Amino acid sequence: MFDAPPLPHYFSPEHTQFRDTLRGFVASEISPHINDWDEAGTFPRDLYRKAAALGILGLGYPEKYGGTPADIFYQIILAEEFARTGSGGIQASINSHTIALPPLIAAGSETLKRHIIPSVIAGEKIAALAVTEPSGGSDVASLCTTAIRDGDHYVVSGEKTFITSGMRADYLTVAVRTDPAVKGAGGISVLMIDGDTPGLTRTELKKMGWWCSDTAHLHFDHCRVPATNLVGTENRGFKTLMHNFNSERLFLSALAYGFAQVCLEEALAWAQQRKTFGHPLAERQVIRHKLMDMMLRVDAARSLVYDLAYCIEHGRGNTEHLVARICMAKVLSTQAMQFCADQAVQILGGMGFMRGTRSERIYREVKVMMIGGGSEEIMKDLAARKIGI
Amino acid sequence: MKVLVAVKRVVDYNVKVRVKADQSGVDIADVKFSMNPFDEIAIEEAVRLKEKGVATEVIAVSMGVAQCQETLRTALAMGADRAIHVQSDAELQPLAVAKLLKAICDKEQPQLVILGKQAIDDDCNQTGQMLAALAGWSQGTFASKVEISGSDISVIREVDGGLQTVALKLPAIVTTDLRLNEPRYATLPNIMKAKKKPLDAVTPEALGVDVTPRLKTLKVTEPPKRKGGIKVKTIGELVDKLKNEARVI
Ligand SMILES: Cc1cc2nc3c(=O)[nH]c(=O)nc-3n(C[C@H](O)[C@H](O)[C@H](O)COP(=O)(O)OP(=O)(O)OC[C@H]3O[C@@H](n4cnc5c(N)ncnc54)[C@H](O)[C@@H]3O)c2cc1C
Repeated sequence: MFDAPPLPHYFSPEHTQFRDTLRGFVASEISPHINDWDEAGTFPRDLYRKAAALGILGLGYPEKYGGTPADIFYQIILAEEFARTGSGGIQASINSHTIALPPLIAAGSETLKRHIIPSVIAGEKIAALAVTEPSGGSDVASLCTTAIRDGDHYVVSGEKTFITSGMRADYLTVAVRTDPAVKGAGGISVLMIDGDTPGLTRTELKKMGWWCSDTAHLHFDHCRVPATNLVGTENRGFKTLMHNFNSERLFLSALAYGFAQVCLEEALAWAQQRKTFGHPLAERQVIRHKLMDMMLRVDAARSLVYDLAYCIEHGRGNTEHLVARICMAKVLSTQAMQFCADQAVQILGGMGFMRGTRSERIYREVKVMMIGGGSEEIMKDLAARKIGI
Repeated sequence: MKVLVAVKRVVDYNVKVRVKADQSGVDIADVKFSMNPFDEIAIEEAVRLKEKGVATEVIAVSMGVAQCQETLRTALAMGADRAIHVQSDAELQPLAVAKLLKAICDKEQPQLVILGKQAIDDDCNQTGQMLAALAGWSQGTFASKVEISGSDISVIREVDGGLQTVALKLPAIVTTDLRLNEPRYATLPNIMKAKKKPLDAVTPEALGVDVTPRLKTLKVTEPPKRKGGIKVKTIGELVDKLKNEARVI
């Protein structure tokens, strides 16, 4: 139940093998250091290279760029195993290319792809996605950062905020407005901008959680970007950006119930060992019920995500409904995470309030999961629309 | 030089097995299986020999049910070149496995066979030694260091009370101890590539080996529950208990 038994209808021996590799990597290279890294507010850049050496960063990318094509269940496994660290920050930064590169893969020129993708999935360079602006993140179509064509360059001005890996990124995939006359989705394009472009300043942001992940505010002041860095067709960038949302949300869902499960495991271990009034907590009905309430949420969320992954992989089901169910999966999973973090901290008592327990950290990292990658309100609204309500 | 590595599919070391109600064995339905950890070390050693240019080919061999092929794929993903599966649903005891390995050695003519010192399911610690006897080859068991130069092989063995170095002639059998090396993780690209590496299946009959068990399991029971310890007040009391209760001194 805890360590999902082999499910041969979803997972092949290769999947299991990849899981074993990840579990070993996470247990030896990440978990022992995660508290220190979180307190230090960063982690060694070398970790990107180590992850790359195992093929983790190249997961799902074409071989010609150094990647390994793989089905969607590998992504789910990646999320589940990274969740075991109990730290959202580490995976957010290590995997920031999983949101930064897809627009490039989908629509970029071959030259641009060859220039950027191999070095990122080799762990040499870091890529980040910059869409959100101070004026709003949910309403992507109203973004204000402009990129005005000037000869063979674009001149970029504006601000981006809450950008994961934004401080360290060598490459930024930036959503810009190339046609200021058009207010909505129509005037949006995607540009690849080098991290060392003159006129770009970055400021580190302090956060409730994800401490070891660098999150930045970016200020573009008349940055000159070669026009060849345009990804896809001018003014058609909105679709390119939306393209990856489904897999990003499924990934976030798997992470969220992964964190929920970590809380459950920590709480269960504690409840079995902690004695009050002469008996282990796990013998108290109130506590047993809490544990089962946690478990049923994890199980439900995981089952939904596995089913969706299967449907996507095998092209089953109505596309609109699939999108709706992915939105629901994100809501279900992040709510499971919130519930389990809350219950786990309660079961751990004072210990759950102390830095160093995974439940304490996960409790602080629930909110970003309910906001980023499509907030709960936006998810429900989109789901309702896709279902035709 | 060809290196043959024997790998066994065992219940994963994280699984807490339970004894079946009828005491005929442990319940292995629906549990995770993995490669015996000592065999991972064996594969790692062989792959390192190949990377150093000492070995030319690494062949992984496993005996048992169809799913052993998954274990062989792991070996291939770690770097073995090809694999042989001796397919059998029978209970395979160390002597049968040693005989099967001997038959494969006759066919493949490896200069070195590396095995785990024991498998973590039955902990027999017999197969390597039996194979050495059957083949008439030298053996370096419980290896924590292996060095090959020409037709000589030097093996540092972990023995009670220290280390022992033995100098052997190839062909030889080596069984691995925990400190020999730290096995690598199979990388994602190699996991995918392993699917395409050659894996041949044979049967014990085709190898001319009778695998009928020679040992009979009478019953399997849970280990006795550990009783809580006690605190002693004085050294004298400790010595007295060691002498008269535990009877160890
Ligand atoms: C740690 C962290 C890392 C991030 N990393 C990145 C990154 O790498 N790249 C990037 O581009 N962005 C990133 N983001 C930004 C994230 O995507 C946005 O925060 C998110 O999209 C929400 O946008 P917002 O914060 O502007 O909130 P708003 O869009 O202003 O929304 C505020 C609140 O109003 C609700 N709301 C909005 N519209 C409606 C509506 N129509 N009906 C009902 N309720 C509504 C929202 O659900 C939310 O609760 C990150 C955020 C965080 C916290």
